[in-house]
Amino acid sequence: MKLNRKWINEEFVDLSAISDKEFVDTMTIFGQKVETYERMDAEIKNVLVGKVVSIVRHENSDHMWVCQVDVGQAEPVQIVTGAQNVKAGDLVPAALHNSYLPGGIHITKGKLRGEVSNGMLCSLKELNLTLGDFPYAIEDGIWIIEEDCKPGDDINTVIGNDDTVVDFEITNNRPDCYSIIGLAREAAAAFGKPMKHHEPVVQGSDAGSMYDKLDVEVPADQLCNRYTARMVANVKIGPSPKWLRQRLRANGIRAINNIVDITNYVMLEYGQPMHAFDYRYVSSGKIVVREAEEGETLTTLDGNVRSLKPGMLVIADENKPIGLAGIMGGENSEILDDTTTVVFESANFNGTSIRQTALALGMRTESSGKFEKNLDPMMTVPAVQRACELVELLGCGDVLDGTIDIVNYVPQSRTMELEPEKINALLGTCISEEKMVEYLKLLEIGVEDRTIHVPSWRPDLNLMADIAEEVGRSYGYNEIPTTDLKMSTQGGYTPFMKLENKTGVLCRALGYSEIITYSFVSPAIFDQIRLGADSPLRNTLKIQNPLGEDTSVMRTIALPSMLDILSRNNAYQNKSAKLYELAKIYLPVEGQVLPEEPKMLVLGTYGAGESFFTIKGELEAIFAGLRLQKASYTAVSDNPSYHPGRCAKVTVGGEDVGYIGQVHPLVAANYGMDAEVYCAEISLTKLAEHQLPDPTYVPLPKYPTVSRDLSLICEESITVAQVEDVITASAGNLLRSIRLFDIYRGTGLPEGKKSLAFSLELRADDRTLTDADSENVVSKVLAALKDRLDISLR
Amino acid sequence: MKQQLEQIKSQAMAALDAAQTPAALDELRVKFLGKKGELTAVLKQMGKLSAEERPVMGQLANAVRAEIEEKLETRKAAIHAAVLEAKLVQEAIDVTIPGTPVTMGHEHPMNKVLQEIKDIFVGMGYQIVDGPEVELASYNFTRLNIEEGHPSRDRSDTFYFTDDDAVLLRTQTSPMQIRVMENAKPPICILAPGRVYRKDEADATHSPMFHQIEGLVVDEHITMGNLKGALETLMKRLYGEDAVMRFRPHHFPFTEPSCEMDMQCHKCHGTGEVDGNVCSTCHGEGWIELLGAGMVHPAVLECCGIDPEKYSGFAFGMGLERMAMRRTRINDLRLIFDNDVRFLNQF
Repeated sequence: MKLNRKWINEEFVDLSAISDKEFVDTMTIFGQKVETYERMDAEIKNVLVGKVVSIVRHENSDHMWVCQVDVGQAEPVQIVTGAQNVKAGDLVPAALHNSYLPGGIHITKGKLRGEVSNGMLCSLKELNLTLGDFPYAIEDGIWIIEEDCKPGDDINTVIGNDDTVVDFEITNNRPDCYSIIGLAREAAAAFGKPMKHHEPVVQGSDAGSMYDKLDVEVPADQLCNRYTARMVANVKIGPSPKWLRQRLRANGIRAINNIVDITNYVMLEYGQPMHAFDYRYVSSGKIVVREAEEGETLTTLDGNVRSLKPGMLVIADENKPIGLAGIMGGENSEILDDTTTVVFESANFNGTSIRQTALALGMRTESSGKFEKNLDPMMTVPAVQRACELVELLGCGDVLDGTIDIVNYVPQSRTMELEPEKINALLGTCISEEKMVEYLKLLEIGVEDRTIHVPSWRPDLNLMADIAEEVGRSYGYNEIPTTDLKMSTQGGYTPFMKLENKTGVLCRALGYSEIITYSFVSPAIFDQIRLGADSPLRNTLKIQNPLGEDTSVMRTIALPSMLDILSRNNAYQNKSAKLYELAKIYLPVEGQVLPEEPKMLVLGTYGAGESFFTIKGELEAIFAGLRLQKASYTAVSDNPSYHPGRCAKVTVGGEDVGYIGQVHPLVAANYGMDAEVYCAEISLTKLAEHQLPDPTYVPLPKYPTVSRDLSLICEESITVAQVEDVITASAGNLLRSIRLFDIYRGTGLPEGKKSLAFSLELRADDRTLTDADSENVVSKVLAALKDRLDISLR
Repeated sequence: MKQQLEQIKSQAMAALDAAQTPAALDELRVKFLGKKGELTAVLKQMGKLSAEERPVMGQLANAVRAEIEEKLETRKAAIHAAVLEAKLVQEAIDVTIPGTPVTMGHEHPMNKVLQEIKDIFVGMGYQIVDGPEVELASYNFTRLNIEEGHPSRDRSDTFYFTDDDAVLLRTQTSPMQIRVMENAKPPICILAPGRVYRKDEADATHSPMFHQIEGLVVDEHITMGNLKGALETLMKRLYGEDAVMRFRPHHFPFTEPSCEMDMQCHKCHGTGEVDGNVCSTCHGEGWIELLGAGMVHPAVLECCGIDPEKYSGFAFGMGLERMAMRRTRINDLRLIFDNDVRFLNQF
């Protein structure tokens, strides 16, 4: 909401002694945040009113003129112009040497075909003005000034640029502040000054009564709280006076003609959007406020044809829509130069309905922007009165007797109790009751003996806490004493958060860096990672209104996000990457409204030195660091995202928790990578269920450990895990650990065989082992290996 | 015999002094002190001596042995030292050669800042909590006093999963206020960081997914002064004791009174100008908007079964990206989700 300071200084509360900086700072701290502010004369510099003393043809040009211009200085200055509408005696805007025009244009003196020109005479356009601002001027030519001014005056003063425009961010709960009066009220309170009020007075005329001419019906009573109308006859369309045009321009509204300007002026001043219909196009003299019918269209004032739907509120006559309620009028009832009778509409429409219609039609206007905040229905009458008063003030028509005012909803007047103790208790202050009353009165909130009369324009005041805010901001939030709170609660993290933190620390210690990726993904990822058409992971939560296909489903698997980032790093020519993410996935659950949101640990890596066994070793280290129950790895060839010969299902404490492996070359290729990529996806949520209890001390061994190495020959197809399982099962309780230390294939071994070398550590808790003890273990182990896996010593 | 002993002694001393290797010392030990050595040979002649001479000579012989043994030890130590010295010289390395590389991973800068913030609040007695991102509209809006038809509920702003707009991606962490209050009784003191979603195209300052940190304190006698205290403590711990804050009235449907907190621009110190130009950090405002906060709205307390006549509370919510970007001088939000290792390695 824009506010020009001069307007409130002149009409409501004189704050002209306050600097712009102080004004915006005080308003911001008071609760009306200033987005930006700008002096209107900032762009135009050193442009003065000049009087053309003489004008002669340029000797070397058939279209240029050489002017001597009096700019209030001792000597006239010579300026060359190409315009053809200037004559001696005219007052013109003269941009002198070293002057600035809007758009950062810098004017300096120069020579035009040999004649010195000490500047430039300006057109309206060059001063960022339009014919609407100064209707007597012409479009293609110098602005011949017909204002009350003299040579040497700053053109900014003549235009009315000696003003500051302040742009406020208005919060949703304060629809009253979308008006000059509302902001003036805030400004008066912020600076502790009383505000001047003006009650519109309409003299009336002998041109008759509107009741003979117009009938209004509001069948859409749910969408229209109030519809107020007055009429003006004998209208003389013409330009508005300068003061009115200037105030519109300062607020960014183009002057059009007196009637339209009045509706815009009242909209700014009161915050009540208004519309003026040309009565001759209101068929049968009847206005119907109703929902649009299917298939109806309306050409709005901007010339666009709008297709309407039920639910959209229109202003119609007997036969057809003539306006889109609260948004824009129809071209078919527009005020024209020959309009003679006008209907002023000052209505209160349902904010949500207006907003949704504007959104659906893609046409948010100044008017709809105000209505969508839910305006005060009590404002329609003062606003229409003000419009009629202005008609009389401007002498542009005769106001007809009568006001049509159809009321479906107006708020009840409300009272509340002022509770100073509770207010102080909530704010943490000791503000006296007298002071509170003073604050509220400055905001024009009536208080009598602890009874607060809530004004109709403050729908936001309902509870003690609302009054506390008014008191608090008047007192100053920054003046409220700051107190440290000592809570009796114990701060901390949940066990799962501790697990997450620890996982992060371990990953980083192992060289993995953390990434953060979007939770929503493209449905195409399932094909990219070669997931089968019937995979349950394809059952996703789908966003109905996504930003785009790429972010339209909630991920049910975190691998693709990791592949995406690895591939991006590969594309950035990063030679290697080791990354981890603690990523939520979103799994729909049958019969449940909300999905489950378990968290995954995803590791991903590519680059020199990376192999299945490096990432597996790192995962094992993470598991060890997290103190988990025993993990096992089973070869799987049916996970389509991974290399069929290099992928393991990971099981911890008997529960399947995820996969580790080399990403399938076809999947890597789908992500634009031809390097070997290794990933692990482990459910952290599941791991949390398999943490070992905190360790307690186990006495150190008293007797020495004996180590026996076995070098075995076996079929190529036999896995290390199979061999280890047999050794563990057959060795008995002296076996403390098994360690694979060599795998050999080639010379000396038959085709299709390999050699595995294990080191067994044996120990008893009650004695030193003898050779016979260890021989006994070894022979049991060898017998079992021979028996079950046909493995013999090498 | 005495002469012989003296001679052995002087020969041994000279020979030991001349010896340069452990092997040479060993040879001399055998030569002088061994079973077939010179001293033993002399001692074998003791029997020929008189009873008076025997103890004297015996004493002398023992003294000579002791002296030779001592000399032997001294020389041994000296030679070992010299050998070690020579070995160490030979083993010298160029210590400026870099160590064997060990790659360390890096914490994502945003989570790094989040961790700092969480730790500050844990120290103030806040329990960290987490909750669902796919959320019910009733938690995200209705029970937070955000009425039907409010613009933030529009499909242009919020991602929905169901036709009836009942299930959505949470647009704020504030639903955690409801989730906590309906399950716990005061005193409540929680911090709920997490992902939130709004329908904004990604650019330098927007992302359809970002992070917020919600705080909620409910107890008897909680005041706005307490709210200011908590937030000032956070800012001073994060940005230093000289951080300057200001509180401005604002509006949120679920707090009343509501406020926003700005921090004085660290670059221009609130003047809005740097070297005569508009400050690029705060765009000339002198202040940087950091978070929204307020006293929990009585209607919100009531809908969670907490008596607003007895209890009051404050809540605050801040954007993590903004805090992290400020702290780490990251100037484009997209970098945060790009995860380029050259970026990650900086933190």
